[in-house]
Amino acid sequence: MKTIFYFLVFPGFLFALIVGMVASYIERKVTARVQWRVGPPILQPWYDLLKLFTKESVVPENAHLLTFLATPVLFMVSATLVAMYAGMAFFFPDAAFQGDLIVIVYLLTIPPICLILAGAASANPLASLGASREIKLVLSYELVFWMTIAVIWVKTGGELSLVNIMNKPPVMYSYSGGIASVLALFVMQAKLGRVPFDIAEAETEIMAGAYIEYSGPLLGFFKMGQYILLATLPFFISSIFWGGVNVFKYVALLVIVILVENTNPRLKVKQCLKLFWFILFPLSLVALILAVVGL
Amino acid sequence: MNKLKILSKSIWVFHFASAACNNCDIEILDVLTPRFDVERFGVKLVGSIKHADAMLVSGMMNRKGAEFLKDLYDQAPKPLAVIAFGSCASSMGMFKVSYNRVIPVDEIIPVTAYIPGCPPRPEAIIDGVVKVVKKLRGEI
Repeated sequence: MKTIFYFLVFPGFLFALIVGMVASYIERKVTARVQWRVGPPILQPWYDLLKLFTKESVVPENAHLLTFLATPVLFMVSATLVAMYAGMAFFFPDAAFQGDLIVIVYLLTIPPICLILAGAASANPLASLGASREIKLVLSYELVFWMTIAVIWVKTGGELSLVNIMNKPPVMYSYSGGIASVLALFVMQAKLGRVPFDIAEAETEIMAGAYIEYSGPLLGFFKMGQYILLATLPFFISSIFWGGVNVFKYVALLVIVILVENTNPRLKVKQCLKLFWFILFPLSLVALILAVVGL
Repeated sequence: MNKLKILSKSIWVFHFASAACNNCDIEILDVLTPRFDVERFGVKLVGSIKHADAMLVSGMMNRKGAEFLKDLYDQAPKPLAVIAFGSCASSMGMFKVSYNRVIPVDEIIPVTAYIPGCPPRPEAIIDGVVKVVKKLRGEI
């Protein structure tokens, strides 16, 4: 019973969705202000979602039906699970369990996999291009992400529980942790699919990538998953690197994401791979070595 | 709750250009700029017809474009508002006697609103958006 409450209401679905919608509003509003516009009203994400759920869903004739229908729901559910585990460690430390860091890191790879499957199942050339680009994006950032997690693991003396990591002094205030937290910002940007790493969506090149054939409620599930991820990832990064979460830290991370998004052009696929593998990965290696040495 | 009322608060627009001379297309981008900013009303340009709630049709319907227009209309998730944008799409404009024209947009698919002008001014476009919103809410 309690688990269902955790999943559906408090740190999970409902809470994360509302926080995500507010975050999405902040994102659109700040973007508008950066471009000297007024921007949408505060309930705009809610209207968008409500509208998507009142429209009809069109399924392409050649699409793989089961995959096409299941992936949006899976996308949302896995994002919700991440929100639940990250939230439980913060709000209900007693209910959290050992090793939830590993669970969260694994769960975070499921949304991109769902997106890849969705793109491949929709029988659309642009969607399969989006899927292939998403694969390359995952290949590029995942390595660096694991290295930053390894830095945390070394710095906290082998802790894999979010609660214990938050109780230790923040990892950020050391040479290795400082480097790793900056790298984590890159990874967060890529995981959220925001510019400069929006190569998988790229509205101006391949329309919406894997989302192109989705409409109505199915697109709504994807949107909900995106809102929840937008709520969760800054929360997660802040709790592992900045020693816990508060409103100030959360908004600071969100604004970093938004400002980077608004001041950078999109990278090419090749440039993205090069950046992550040949620039950021050696840096993360340096961070890991520093952490092992004890700096 | 009225479905169309919700739809009118977040209209995602798909832009179909059938051999337009590009003036209409430029004017469409104008309403997204700081001076006019239709994102205040939740209007957003999308790249896929599957995401769209409104289809802007600009340019004159020629033999190739007409087929695509019909296809796209059939593929779009309903309810969908169709807006004939500019003189060409509304009434074929100065190409009425051209050998390549077929028929105006409203004889191919049902049209919700017409925005006249060659090209229409941004004020006219916003007026058209307001009319579409009113029509969706059932006030006209």
